[in-house]
Amino acid sequence: MTLIGQRIPKLDAADKATGRSRYIQDLRLPGLLEARVLRSTVPHGRIVSVDVSRAREAPGVFAVLASQDIPPKRYGYAKDTTALKGDRVRRIGDEIAAVAAVDADAAAEALDLIRFEIEPLPAVFDPERTLDPGAPLVHEDRGSNLVRTHDYAHGRVEEGFARAAHVVEGTFRLPAQAHGCLGPAGAVAEWDARGRLTLHDPTQIPFLIQRDLADTLGIPPSDLRIIQPTIAGGFGARLDLYPHEIISALLARAAGRPVRLAMDREEDFATDPVRPRTVVRMRTAAAADGALLAREADVIVDCGAYVSWGAVTPIVMMHTMGSFYRVPHVKYRARTVYTNTAPTGAFRGFGNPEITFAIESQMDELAARIGIDPVEMRLRNANQPGEVTPQGSRITSCGMKECLEAVRERMPPPGTRPPGGRPLLRAAGENLVASATQTETESPSSPAICPAGRIEGTEPARSPLRRGIGVAAVFHVGGGARIYRSDGCGAMVKIDDFGKATVVVGATDIGQGMETVAAQMAAEELGVPLEAVRIAPADTDVRPWDVGVHASRTTFIAGNAVRAAAKDAKRQIEAARTALGLPPDTPYDKVVRSEHFRDQGSLVIGRAYFDPPNAMVDAENKGNVSAAYVFGAHAAEVEVDVETGQVRVLRVVAAHDVGRAINPMYVEGQIEGGVMQGIGYALLEEVILREGGMSNPNFLDYRMPGPQDMPSIETVIVETNDPSGPFGAKGIGEPPLVPVAAAIANAVANATGVRLRELPMTPERVWRALRAWADVEAPGEICGKE
Amino acid sequence: MRHSIAMTVNGRRTVLDVEPHRTLLEVLRDRLDLLGTREGCGVGECGACTVLLNGRAVVSCLVLAVSADGAEITTIEGLAKEGRLDPIRTGAIQCGFCTPGMIMAAKGASVLEGNLCRCTGYAKIHEAIAQSASPPAGRETTSA
Repeated sequence: MTLIGQRIPKLDAADKATGRSRYIQDLRLPGLLEARVLRSTVPHGRIVSVDVSRAREAPGVFAVLASQDIPPKRYGYAKDTTALKGDRVRRIGDEIAAVAAVDADAAAEALDLIRFEIEPLPAVFDPERTLDPGAPLVHEDRGSNLVRTHDYAHGRVEEGFARAAHVVEGTFRLPAQAHGCLGPAGAVAEWDARGRLTLHDPTQIPFLIQRDLADTLGIPPSDLRIIQPTIAGGFGARLDLYPHEIISALLARAAGRPVRLAMDREEDFATDPVRPRTVVRMRTAAAADGALLAREADVIVDCGAYVSWGAVTPIVMMHTMGSFYRVPHVKYRARTVYTNTAPTGAFRGFGNPEITFAIESQMDELAARIGIDPVEMRLRNANQPGEVTPQGSRITSCGMKECLEAVRERMPPPGTRPPGGRPLLRAAGENLVASATQTETESPSSPAICPAGRIEGTEPARSPLRRGIGVAAVFHVGGGARIYRSDGCGAMVKIDDFGKATVVVGATDIGQGMETVAAQMAAEELGVPLEAVRIAPADTDVRPWDVGVHASRTTFIAGNAVRAAAKDAKRQIEAARTALGLPPDTPYDKVVRSEHFRDQGSLVIGRAYFDPPNAMVDAENKGNVSAAYVFGAHAAEVEVDVETGQVRVLRVVAAHDVGRAINPMYVEGQIEGGVMQGIGYALLEEVILREGGMSNPNFLDYRMPGPQDMPSIETVIVETNDPSGPFGAKGIGEPPLVPVAAAIANAVANATGVRLRELPMTPERVWRALRAWADVEAPGEICGKE
Repeated sequence: MRHSIAMTVNGRRTVLDVEPHRTLLEVLRDRLDLLGTREGCGVGECGACTVLLNGRAVVSCLVLAVSADGAEITTIEGLAKEGRLDPIRTGAIQCGFCTPGMIMAAKGASVLEGNLCRCTGYAKIHEAIAQSASPPAGRETTSA
């Protein structure tokens, strides 16, 4: 093999570096109009009237639409909304009317001319209160704010808890996290004279949108063509059909001109399908030797005002509950609920960072109770190659042990570390650090815990900085995920008469490098240089079916499809050589040209469809949803300022089992980027709601990690060569984000003795936790006592 | 009311009439079709619209076009002509939306604190900047 495992730059890197790539904002079309949307400023209300007559007469305006002007077509998972709202608004930001005009200024001025009246109704914002009796109903006709309940169990959980030597219990609160794609959302719609729609759309699901959008517009799906421009970040934000896509199409039809509906940053934030606010009540039981016995969780997930992907995250959490570590008894219940807030969606990891935060926090709490090293605790319960979990996950390759050992080696445990660091091993008590343990393993001059700025020691210069290290592991799908009946992807490889190959593959490149990886695999299989391979444009009229870019499935699924299609093309070349009586080393161009120029010649087009050997879950929510699973482990070293509550991540070691790294440079890119987003989730990022609307919709107040927030990241690629992966590869898109928050929380606990169960761990939250601990739980443990 | 301004953009003398409230970013994109300069936030928080103004890195969304009268502006398109494409070799590019702004910021300043990237985690961007400061080391593997 020559191209597999090489650090090959992305095919589009030069275009991106020179500013030539074209994102949705960059599209230029003759007659293109710009659109703006009038949005609700109240979280819940009855629409009394909407009068667009003055807006229609405004200069430069081509179309104005309110709900009465569009097909009253409900869409979405629960068919619980329309693109423009008719009788009710159910959150701040709900779409009421839309304008298309010659430019964005004219459209915005016309919006100001729309008169509307909304009678406010009581609203509910808290997912933990929305099921209370008497809570305002988000959808009156449904009679309840409960969307769905998910139940899963294996074993007999009460029996597990009854036999336990140690049980830990806690409630974990996870915030809404916004995607913050650097390029805001948008779409451009253009209709031809025959009524066929072309939608330029940076979506992650071109072939699913085709059907869903066509249905809302009342046209056949075949009359809808999706062209994806360069995509300015996805991370799950572009995984559903959204109102702006429908509205741009409706406005373009009404105006008779192409229309762009592009959001500004504030609007992008306010309508972002955020990672849902999630509350996890969990308890975990272990035997005296550290073997896990039972795990039980009760979860609430906020769907917002309408059901989108956020409501599906309990299914991913359920798989982590059932299959992460060997746990004989598991019980899980999740309820998805409506609130008068923005609809929640998919965000990298898709429920797994939420549930993993709880699981991995409790692994450390149990390790502390039992008195064993946290890595040892995990190794004792680790998944194994060839294992079938009680839930039905058939684990093929599994590098969990190798990942854990890799981070332990690079972030060494107590005793082997220089003075200043704190030991991983702690004494019993989930909120306690026994000072005896510290003084045993640390240099005598190392500082004691000093929460809440109460420096009382005899040494006035004593530093308020405390260091700690923490680990957390991850289990995730890495060989597709059958949440639809199809988990497939098609590919074609055309060899032209210059000997070059065009790869036509359904999968989507959202920046992760899919197209480069596909080209590497095709070139490898065909035995041609990378320069001889090009990727066909992202156009549903050209590319074959794919479910979409989600679930860390693309390298595995599309890779298998491309590899098989390339094999097919090669087979055709060989057959043609034989038929033409050409020597076996005849170059591709000559073979193909000979075919094109002979009587009854033929084309060389290899093709393949790959749908992995996995299954949808059954009625008991059991089944092997993925054809392969991936594993990883992170260790984080933090420094906590106990006077201010500020947590700084100093160093992260991230080890991931990727099966085989087709392009290590971009595997590292996924790991480093995932760690960055995980640090944001752990320490910085939170959608703050006021009356259900986002009150921090800008990069200054919604703080994503900048260069100054990043620690050094050491990535470790563990290769386990999965038997069903293309060249042994498995997925890596989501896993690197998943364990970050847990590793950091474990490090904070290690540094300070205080466990935080709510994210993000802002200075205020950490400071309050330190103070509560100092005042209530351990008044005798205040600094200066050692 | 419009104002006539004259700028040297990527070495070309450019004269145009602009409204007083238009930003340099709007003029570069909408009037001059220099689309490599991108709007990520419009309020100076992300750095995607960074250009060089008289050799200094500025976020063009916070510069009024009229105040750039007489200035020398370099955008990514101007820099691209020089043919230095260091990020390509290092994996510093994923979605690429922030990339031109990052490159312009690196040219005009020594730190990147004002530039956001949501994909890479910054490590490979720092690597690319370090490499652009020194000649290529030859350890990169390009295609076979």
